[in-house]
Amino acid sequence: RMFITYPQTKTYFPHFDLHHGSDQIRGHGKKVVTALGNAVKSLDNLSQALSELSSLHAYNLRVDPPSFALQLLSQCFQVVLAVHLGNDYTPEVHAAFDKFLSAVAAVLAEKYR
Amino acid sequence: MVHWSAEEKQLITSLWSKVNVEECGAEALARLLIVYPWTQRFFSSFGNLSSPTAIIGNPKVRAHGKKVLTSFGEAVKNLDNIKSTYSKLSELHCEKLHVDPENFRLLGDILVIVLASHFTRDFTPSCQFAWQKLVSVVAHALARKYH
Repeated sequence: RMFITYPQTKTYFPHFDLHHGSDQIRGHGKKVVTALGNAVKSLDNLSQALSELSSLHAYNLRVDPPSFALQLLSQCFQVVLAVHLGNDYTPEVHAAFDKFLSAVAAVLAEKYR
Repeated sequence: MVHWSAEEKQLITSLWSKVNVEECGAEALARLLIVYPWTQRFFSSFGNLSSPTAIIGNPKVRAHGKKVLTSFGEAVKNLDNIKSTYSKLSELHCEKLHVDPENFRLLGDILVIVLASHFTRDFTPSCQFAWQKLVSVVAHALARKYH
């Protein structure tokens, strides 16, 4: 959804097959969500839990500008949750999740400069 | 001048025809106030905003949400002319309401999530693309007359 809705995000994956449903997208999406799952388990210590990923994003991937691009993924992730959960994606759940994804993005951007 | 493909127009207008403007508007505004509590600063006259339950049940929030989304409907009806459709509202939001335009982007994103939760699988990626584009254009138009 992120690649379709925000085509500029494709610039970070020139080496990928970006057709909808490609194995690479499925594989990478799973990797990202797994990392989020680890973050969920370490809510009180995101900085430490995501430390390696933080370095990766800062020094290798250099997604730019940090908060903005990650916010696009956050939006798409929440849309997917809303599509799957319908009314169960209540305002309270929405608020908590948006806060969580913001916090994750902030940690990933921590080492940028 | 924004270019809309025939498919984008179709996706937008056909989804819109199924939207309950009153419910959706109320929900979108309530979520804005819940998810981004600092936005409550614009609504100090609305009474009880002390909890998600209070916000969701607040009649002023509901009424204003309906008003905001009804206005959104004007954009849907005037896709080729959104800039001028929102010219006066842009001046209002700048000169009288003093709203930081960043809030338009926040509300737009929330509206997309509300639509996704209502339409679930029917809110396809193409649908999301068209709607994110629309909310972005509306936000832009509302920010245009700021000075």
